[in-house]
Amino acid sequence: MHEMISGVFHAAFQNPMLDTRHDAAVLASPGQRLAFTTDSYVVHPLFFPGGDIGSLAVYGTVNDLAMSGARPLFISTGFIIEEGLPMETLVRIARSMSAAAQKACVQIVTGDTKVVERGKGDGVYINTAGIGVLEHDSVISPLEVRPGDLILVNGDLGRHGMAVMASREGLEYESEITSDSAPLATLVQKLMGAGVPLHCLRDITRGGLSATLNEIAEAAGLNFLIEEDLIPVRADVRGACEILGLDPLYVACEGRLVLFIPEPHLKQALAVLRDDPCGKQAAVIGRVRGPDPRGLVCSLSPIGVERVLDMLSGEQLPRIC
Amino acid sequence: MKYLDEYRDPALARKISRAIHRITTKPHVIMEICGGQTHAIVKFGVDVLLPGQITLVHGPGCPVCVTPLELIDKALDIAARPEVIFCSFGDMLRVPGSGKDLLTVKAEGGDVRIVYSPLDALSLAKANPSRQVVFFAIGFETTAPGNAMAVYQAYQQQIKNFFMLVSHVLVPPAMRAILSSPQNRVEGFLAAGHVCAVMGYEEYIPIAREFKVPIVVTGFEPLDILQGILMVVRQLEQGRYEVENQYSRAVKRGGNAPAQEIIKEVFEVAPRKWRGVGDIPHSGLKLREQYQSFDAEGRFGLSGMTREEPEECISGLILQGLKKPGECPAFGQRCTPQHPLGATMVSSEGACAAYYRYRRFTDFGKPRERGVIS
Repeated sequence: MHEMISGVFHAAFQNPMLDTRHDAAVLASPGQRLAFTTDSYVVHPLFFPGGDIGSLAVYGTVNDLAMSGARPLFISTGFIIEEGLPMETLVRIARSMSAAAQKACVQIVTGDTKVVERGKGDGVYINTAGIGVLEHDSVISPLEVRPGDLILVNGDLGRHGMAVMASREGLEYESEITSDSAPLATLVQKLMGAGVPLHCLRDITRGGLSATLNEIAEAAGLNFLIEEDLIPVRADVRGACEILGLDPLYVACEGRLVLFIPEPHLKQALAVLRDDPCGKQAAVIGRVRGPDPRGLVCSLSPIGVERVLDMLSGEQLPRIC
Repeated sequence: MKYLDEYRDPALARKISRAIHRITTKPHVIMEICGGQTHAIVKFGVDVLLPGQITLVHGPGCPVCVTPLELIDKALDIAARPEVIFCSFGDMLRVPGSGKDLLTVKAEGGDVRIVYSPLDALSLAKANPSRQVVFFAIGFETTAPGNAMAVYQAYQQQIKNFFMLVSHVLVPPAMRAILSSPQNRVEGFLAAGHVCAVMGYEEYIPIAREFKVPIVVTGFEPLDILQGILMVVRQLEQGRYEVENQYSRAVKRGGNAPAQEIIKEVFEVAPRKWRGVGDIPHSGLKLREQYQSFDAEGRFGLSGMTREEPEECISGLILQGLKKPGECPAFGQRCTPQHPLGATMVSSEGACAAYYRYRRFTDFGKPRERGVIS
C-alpha cells in the first residue's frame, strides 16, 4: 500500500503540500470567501474516447467550483480500488489526473486509498472534494435569474454521454464520438474579468440540458422558453441518438454549462466565449419569461409548436423500434 | 442533418398544413397506428397545425404498451431466477408488472441486461454456457425478423441455453378489430412505415376495400406525418378508400422478402392477448413446433399464468381511438408515468405518457411564431 501511494500517487501529483506527507494538507487561504464542493465518480468503462475516470473527476470537481464563480485551487481524491485492478491502470488514471489538474490550474493536495474485495467494486471509484476562492462580490445563483435574461450554452451537447455509452455497449458509429469533458473555470474567470454579469451558471451533467434547466427554473420560480433549432448538437450525436431512440437534450455532458445573462451583455459574452477553446460553438438557446410557480421549461419545436420540456424520472432507456 | 432536417422544415410544414386546411370541408377521425408516430405528433405539435375538424386518435402500435400484464409477470419471474441472464430492450425495464418492474428485479440481484439486438443475447448464451439466457421478444412485425434470426441461428448452432419469451403482435388484425367494433369512429389510417418496410402494404388492400377506409403508409418525421394526413384527408374528401404510400423512400409494395421469409420459417400466426384491448384472433406470432425448445414459457413452466388489469384504466378505449388521454379522470392524477394504472401510461411511446410528458398543462399545444428569442 505504501509503495502504491508513493509510487503511483505521489509520483503523479507531487507538489509541496502533498509532499509533506502529513494527515492533512495545510493550505494558505488567499481570500475571504471560499467555495467548497464534493463529488464521486463511478463511470464505466474507466477509459472512453476523449477521457477517463481520472480526468473526469478533476474536471467535474473544478466545474462545480467554477459554477459559483470561484477560482479552483485545491482538490482531494479518495480512491476505492477493487482488488485485482492492474497497477498500470491505476498509473494511467493517476497520470491523467495529474495532466487534468495542470490543465485546470488546480493542485491535488491530499488523498486516500482503500482496497475492497474483488467483486465489490467496479475497478475503481473516485471521490473528490474541491476548494476554490471567490475573488468577486457577485452572487451566482438560480435566485439571481431575472425575466428577460438570455439562456446560453458554451458548445454542442450530448457528446460525453454518447461516447461513454458507445464504449460501454460496444456500439460503433461511423465517426468516433469523443467526450466533451473539459475544465470550465478559466472560461468563467474570463467572462467575469470582462465584466459580463453572470446571473446563474450550471454545468450540464447527468440528465442533460433538460435536467439542468428544470432545476434552475424550479428553484427560481420562473418560466423558460428554448428553441430546439438553436441548440447545438453535432450531426453524429443526433444520428446516434435517433438510432437508439434517445433525446440529446437528456444526454450527459462533462464540459458544458448553461449561462443566464442580461440581454445587453450578449455580444460581449459571445465574444469572450467564442474566443475560448471551450466556447467556440457557444449559442443563445432561449430566454427567461415571467414568474411561474410551476417552474416550467418550455420548448419550441422545429415546426413552431410549444411544449413542456420536462425532467426525466430516471435514465433514458434505448427504445425497441 | 441529412434525412432529418428536411423532414422538420418549418416552411414546408406550414405549406402542407395550409393544404390540409384548404381541402378539409367536414370532420374526419384519423388514427395513426404506431406509438412512434403518436410520440412525434405530440412532441412536435403536428396536431396543432391541423384544422379543428380533424381529430387524430392514437392506435395500439406501441409494443411496450400492448404487452399483456401476465407476460411481464412471467418475465419478472424468469429474470429473478439465479441461473438466468435475462435480456431485454431498454424500454421494457421500467414497465411495471403486477408488483414490480425488471429494474427492481435487477436491483434485487437478478441478472437483467439491456441488449440492442437479440443476436447480442445469443452471443451471451454462447459465452455463458452454464447460464440460461432468455430474451424478451416483444414488438410488431418490425422486431420479428431479428428475433426470428436469433432463434434460427440458435437452432442451426445447437445452442441449448438460449430461450425467448415471445409476445409478438401483428398490425392488420388489430386494425380489423378496431374497424369491426360497433363504436368505431376511425375513418382513415396512417399505417406504420417501418412495419410496411418489412411486410410491404399488400395486406392492407383488402382492409381498405372491406371497411371502405383510406390507409396511407406513413413515415415518422413531422413532415411525413403531415403529408400522410393530407393524403388521407384528400381520399376522404374525394370518397376514395385506397392504400397509398407516403413513405416511398423506405417502403416497397412487396416489403423485404428475406425478412418475411425468416419470420415465416420460425414463427406461425397465433391468437394474442393485447394489454388494454383483450384477445384478438390471429393477431400474434408464436414459435413453430420445430423451434418450441427455445420457448421460455415452456422451459420455465409458466404457460398457465394470467393477470387482470386495474378496472379504472381506460387504455382499451384509448388504443381503439374511442377516447383521448385527457378524457380519463385518472390522467395525471391517480395515473402518471411514475405510477401508471395501465397500458398507455407505461411506455414513453404510449399515448397517455406522450400527453403527460408534453401537454400536461392546458396552456400548451398552441402554434407560435418562431424567433421570439433573438
